[in-house]
Amino acid sequence: MSAPAIELKGISKAFGPVQANKDISISVQPGTIHGIIGENGAGKSTLMSILYGFYKADAGEIFIRGEKTAIPDSQAAISAGIGMVFQHFKLVENFTVLENIILGAEDGGLLKPSLAKARKLLKELADDYGLNVDPDALVETLSVGYQQRIEILKALYRQADILILDEPTGVLTPAEADQLFRILGRLREEGKTIILITHKLREIMDITDTVSVMRRGEMTATVKTSETSPTELAELMVGRKVLLRVDKKPATPGAPVLKVENLRIVDTKGVERVKGISFEVRAGEILGLAGVAGNGQSELLEVLGGYRPATGQVVMDNEEIDLTGAKSDGQSRRARGIAHVPEDRQREGLIMDFMAWENTAFGYHKDARYTKGVFADNAGIRGDTASKMARFDVRPPNPKLAAKNFSGGNQQKIVLAREIERNPNLLLIGQPTRGVDIGAIEFIHQQIVALRDQGKAILLVSVELDEILSLSDRIAVMFDGHLMGERLPSETDEKELGLLMAGVTPEAAE
Amino acid sequence: MDKMPRWADVLLVPVISLLLAAILSAMVILGIGENPLEALGYMVEGALGSSNGWSYTLYYATNFIFTGLAVAIAFHASLFNIGGEGQATLGGLGVALVCLALPWPHWTLALPAAIVGGAAFGAAWALIPAYLQAKRGSHIVITTIMFNYIAFALIIYLLNNGLKPVGQMESSSARFPDGAHLPTLEDMAALIGIEAFQRAPANISLFLALLAAYGVWVLLWRTPLGFEIRAFGKSEPAGRYAGISPTKIIMITMLISGGLAGLMAVNTVMGEAERLVNNSVQNAGFIGIAVALMGRSHPLGILIAGLLFGFLVQGGAELAFWTSIPTELIIVIQALVILFTGALDNMVRMPVEALFNRRRLAQSAARTPAE
Repeated sequence: MSAPAIELKGISKAFGPVQANKDISISVQPGTIHGIIGENGAGKSTLMSILYGFYKADAGEIFIRGEKTAIPDSQAAISAGIGMVFQHFKLVENFTVLENIILGAEDGGLLKPSLAKARKLLKELADDYGLNVDPDALVETLSVGYQQRIEILKALYRQADILILDEPTGVLTPAEADQLFRILGRLREEGKTIILITHKLREIMDITDTVSVMRRGEMTATVKTSETSPTELAELMVGRKVLLRVDKKPATPGAPVLKVENLRIVDTKGVERVKGISFEVRAGEILGLAGVAGNGQSELLEVLGGYRPATGQVVMDNEEIDLTGAKSDGQSRRARGIAHVPEDRQREGLIMDFMAWENTAFGYHKDARYTKGVFADNAGIRGDTASKMARFDVRPPNPKLAAKNFSGGNQQKIVLAREIERNPNLLLIGQPTRGVDIGAIEFIHQQIVALRDQGKAILLVSVELDEILSLSDRIAVMFDGHLMGERLPSETDEKELGLLMAGVTPEAAE
Repeated sequence: MDKMPRWADVLLVPVISLLLAAILSAMVILGIGENPLEALGYMVEGALGSSNGWSYTLYYATNFIFTGLAVAIAFHASLFNIGGEGQATLGGLGVALVCLALPWPHWTLALPAAIVGGAAFGAAWALIPAYLQAKRGSHIVITTIMFNYIAFALIIYLLNNGLKPVGQMESSSARFPDGAHLPTLEDMAALIGIEAFQRAPANISLFLALLAAYGVWVLLWRTPLGFEIRAFGKSEPAGRYAGISPTKIIMITMLISGGLAGLMAVNTVMGEAERLVNNSVQNAGFIGIAVALMGRSHPLGILIAGLLFGFLVQGGAELAFWTSIPTELIIVIQALVILFTGALDNMVRMPVEALFNRRRLAQSAARTPAE
């Protein structure tokens, strides 16, 4: 057996009091795809940042192809043949593909020779790996999947033979993800070594040869993918048994609570984001809205939540809702029984610098029960927060801790507690489990189902197909501002939804 | 990750910053051949050594508390109001118009009216920049500073065209009626039979400033409106989600901010000059920025910082009087304090924070022996 492509020995790294990596050892065989899986904050990204020279490890050694290598910065990582594809692409949008590829790797003071050389090399790479791109296209005109391909090409252009991909499928449609995996397979055949960081069990099972599991900064196991199962991996990630499917009874839908008719949303740049959609959500059901991020779902939630204007008709409990004008704000919506767990809890749902108790009153701070005359009832809010934290198992249960000091899952529980405990007739919930650890996902899903079972209407927006399929009673797919049709979860599958999410109707597919 | 303890945040960091500013100032004084310790002695003696010195210090502090509060409340809404100078200038006009409008029989009647006049004119001067920010997105830093210059020009024009009594040489308004005379600390001390604070400017406005500080604290931390101001300041997207109207918050906050700056004129125009003169604000609007920064935008911190800057201004004046240290150097010293406590705050804060983190780490390591 040849030397491992990468071997890490005893890597440790602490940020202040937080031990992000604890004595981690891992060995990656050349020509394989090695998955690293773990919850948010398990230390995956820190480990890869150490390997790519962004952070300096407190202790430990790195061996590349059997040789001990110091990686003080990313330049050293690149010359050691390591390439990294980040979750958020590092491309200059108004440059062409070719310009992006040579950026930072130009030879000499003049651009022209570099560009010519890159053009030639790009053609060879395309021939070798089937990575076809138009070198003269502007990056901003390309789809997300295509942009990711450029990131991979950038790494290959720098002669990387070890590729690290950080959560590469987070922004891709299922079809684009499949394409990516085909590319990765091809790269493996050509002898490249790939490290795939993800929190999605399915991807690990589909494509990796070996998988390492991280939990709380430690490497808990490294196993052959063929010899493990999703349940076992989930258990290793969380440290206890978890329910991967949501346990729920069939829905008993009642009267429509929310009726949306011909809704159109034009954003501030004048682009029409939602192009005349109609749907309804009934009492006691969860309507799942699937779609790749950026197809109008976020705007829809903002309109229903009261902070984006729109045209069309929205009827809530048989009364029309004001879509522009004075009665169109978050507080009026709350008064109408609409609660909203926003997609981006750190940007919208919480004020990260505020304490938990202040966040509990946030949005409801003018309610009679949180005020005493003209003053805020701070002591009352703190008491209320403590009891909410107990009911929703928020850890640590300290109302005086700032929101930013809670983990993603616990932050989401604070938002959920605030919104669900208002006993709303309609709950809008966007990306309920984004950045939330598996253990908390289970709890959050149970809360959503429990609210449904109380006869409330729920509109769920998620880019995670698994989540849509397991939670929804009905599924609608959104693409480019249109609704692509409705399906029952029992009568559809990921493949069909994936096609709809890419804008392909069943008729066209045949 | 929690940061350092509160006492370190509000006390230790400013004190270290001050010490650094003091050391640097000492070196500057040494550089021009004077004795820094002697200089400090003059400053302390001049500002705090007599009831008269205290009166001046408190008089300046009153100004800085008002303008500091004005800057601070805008800071909480993430608005940088550097138009305190102009708003206080206009506040002076408001106070003067009120005081000259009637032959006031007694200050107890004149004071509430002057408060309304000063606050209303100060607020009105903040209204246009606030509107432009809220509705047109014109940056408030630019508009408020431009409005300072408009205010200066406007006052000079009005003083020379209308407010100046016929036949008077100096460009100032007529003297206010005796009934608009505010009790000075001297008057108040005399009431309880003590002879102190002679012929010094500090007056009842000092208590108005304390009241304003308390009011700002109640507003920010005890009312839903204050909650909205702080929430909007921390995160505009979150504010929008919660149904907080940016337009409303920007307008209300700037009106309060301008009003507080305008109130400063009750102290200077009504309490001290007893007529409207040119440049009655004397940079207090700008010093308010430093006071708010140093006071961490908290009313209590602003009281302390206001007092400190009052000491610096009064002590500096004395220093210039008794030594050959030029007045320009006093400004340098004040600037150093502003630089260290305001602009370079993080320079001190970050190492102190790191120190506390290390100490806590060591402690927790000691508590949990190796597994």
